[in-house]
Amino acid sequence: MEIVLVGLNHRTAPLEVRERVSFSIEQARRASEQLRARGILEETLVLSTCNRSEVYGVPPEASHESAPGLSTFLSEFHSVQPDVLGISLYHHYDREAVRHLFRVAAGLDSMMLGEAEILGQVREAYRSAHEQGATGPVLNRLFQGALEVGKRVRAETDLGTRPVSVASAGVKLAERIFGKLHDRSALVLGAGAISEQVVSQLRDRGIAHLHVMNRSRERADALAKLYGGEVLMWGEWEKALLMPDVVVSSVAAEEPILIRKTVEQAMERRANRALFLMDLGMPRNIESAVAKLYNVYVYNIDDLSEIVEQNRHARENEIPKAESIVGEHVGKFLSWQVSVELVGLVNELRAKLRDERKQFIRDRVESIRHLPEADRARVEQWMDEMLEILLLEPAQRLRGERDLRRKIQNVEALRDLFLSNREKS
Amino acid sequence: MNYALFISTIVAYALSLALYLFFLNTGKALTGRLATLLLAAGLVTHYFALLERSRGLHTVPYHDLYGSMSLFGWLLALTYLGLELYHRQRSVGVVVLPFILVFFAAAHLAPADKLSPPAAHGPTFAFHVTLSILAYSAFALSFVLSLIFLIEERLLRRHKLGDVVWRLPPLELLEQMSRSSVLVGLVSITIGTALGFLWVDRLSGTYSFYDPKYAITLLVLLLYVIYFRLARSTTWRGARASKLCIFNFAIVFLSFTVVNLYLSHSHRYF
Repeated sequence: MEIVLVGLNHRTAPLEVRERVSFSIEQARRASEQLRARGILEETLVLSTCNRSEVYGVPPEASHESAPGLSTFLSEFHSVQPDVLGISLYHHYDREAVRHLFRVAAGLDSMMLGEAEILGQVREAYRSAHEQGATGPVLNRLFQGALEVGKRVRAETDLGTRPVSVASAGVKLAERIFGKLHDRSALVLGAGAISEQVVSQLRDRGIAHLHVMNRSRERADALAKLYGGEVLMWGEWEKALLMPDVVVSSVAAEEPILIRKTVEQAMERRANRALFLMDLGMPRNIESAVAKLYNVYVYNIDDLSEIVEQNRHARENEIPKAESIVGEHVGKFLSWQVSVELVGLVNELRAKLRDERKQFIRDRVESIRHLPEADRARVEQWMDEMLEILLLEPAQRLRGERDLRRKIQNVEALRDLFLSNREKS
Repeated sequence: MNYALFISTIVAYALSLALYLFFLNTGKALTGRLATLLLAAGLVTHYFALLERSRGLHTVPYHDLYGSMSLFGWLLALTYLGLELYHRQRSVGVVVLPFILVFFAAAHLAPADKLSPPAAHGPTFAFHVTLSILAYSAFALSFVLSLIFLIEERLLRRHKLGDVVWRLPPLELLEQMSRSSVLVGLVSITIGTALGFLWVDRLSGTYSFYDPKYAITLLVLLLYVIYFRLARSTTWRGARASKLCIFNFAIVFLSFTVVNLYLSHSHRYF
């Protein structure tokens, strides 16, 4: 019962290669079918995200030789030259494959340490493969373990709690003031890439109302259309600042576009409701004196970057805790794997010993002509009972003692030792 | 004193505090729920401890400092639990539990009472006292919430977030919790004061306005009504309202200490 993993990620492959080897949902299903139809794998699961493409599987034979076949398959499936792919692919077997998946689910292998999305992507990949019938007992257990690791790491460590991008840090800060943002309103000044990142985050948090204001009406329309917002005319400050709880500004302007007087007047009209201003412009879009106004919170790009840096350090400090959870679950999984394999081994051993017993009876007992049939049956029964007694204790200990299973490192060696006549000769 | 009840209550509150602390540190929902459950368990055993004291007195235990302290601690825990469940916010537990623990422990570690029945008793009087202490505990809670608001607000404005700010409740929720707490206090103190006057009326038929406790209680009532009105107004919402709430509690504290101990004739421990 071998587990094999072949894949590439942001560390081993440039974007161009990752793009060519990524799988759509349909492609992942097709690849799984083909891998099983060709007999390369018995169980398969394809995990494909923007930063990684990985194939997990259980080959028919435990030989640690299935990775080259999988690499060739990937090369053919995506029509990529084997030499291009070869330098980007990594492959792992058994313990290392399990550890790799658990680290992926924990967010330890992500480009952004501790990112939350990967756990959902692992869950979705597993759901899809399971529905397709591509997984079996081994991958089911493996991926259920991975999901548990992901959940535990998120619940028990701070690996994913603090924001590590300027956009998410800004949105999290807004939540420190207002709580949940689902009944809140936001105004976005400027329609560039960074504004879009923040808008995307705000929409993910369920912000109720979104207004976009930009010098170029076209770009404002495009952003508003993409995220379901409403466009306001540039310069309509009285109207624009009346509603929003959060203002995000990233306008290319030499002078501040929001000055103290404008915001002060707006605060009077809005009955001093708290206002969170995110200034992502360079040079700054919001006059520094605005920060002194009552119930106004201003964070510029430097403030947010500093928070991001602090949070990144805080996340890195959580790595040992997360690795320890991963290690614990790798141990659990391997113990389960060994127990399944050993139970199979004991069953095979039982079958082999029964065959030997039959042979023994044929050779030794049948020569005794005067032995009645009833006595012969009794001898057979006693021998069977003795076999069961001999196998019972080891079988029970293998089921009950996790430490014992952990000590048995190589089930294949035991198989060779006890079943070599039948299996290997 | 029943030591089993005392130990159970102390253990439940102390474990609850430890779990609230762990919850604040890790954010684990299960830990938070366990903290709440232990607080509820502490409330139950604390109630039985109070009941035992009441049986000896044949009334609510308010006749001495220790009894009223224990009752205050219990009502503080009850008010906090109500607020926590209503607002679904557990991060404040770690600040409130030490007060509950201190009030309970101080009340029960004090020298044993003689359990002599108080001069003033009867259901009207008991409700007057209980509701007044409930009001004070609710005001104490609003004080704690306002203090947390001011600290968090300052940290946010100065961009000094550290590890703390990410764990605390959002500012607007703190304001809401503080207002809810003050509302509980206002309703309790209004009914409690009215019952107090009713009791005096029944007892003597005349009101003695020479007791400074009357004046300061009415002042407290007025100040909290003002807070409640201003907390959502244009000029006061936010930090100013929180400062007012803290000022109001300073008056409550004055009423509890200086007025009770040195000025009032009939209100010694509540």
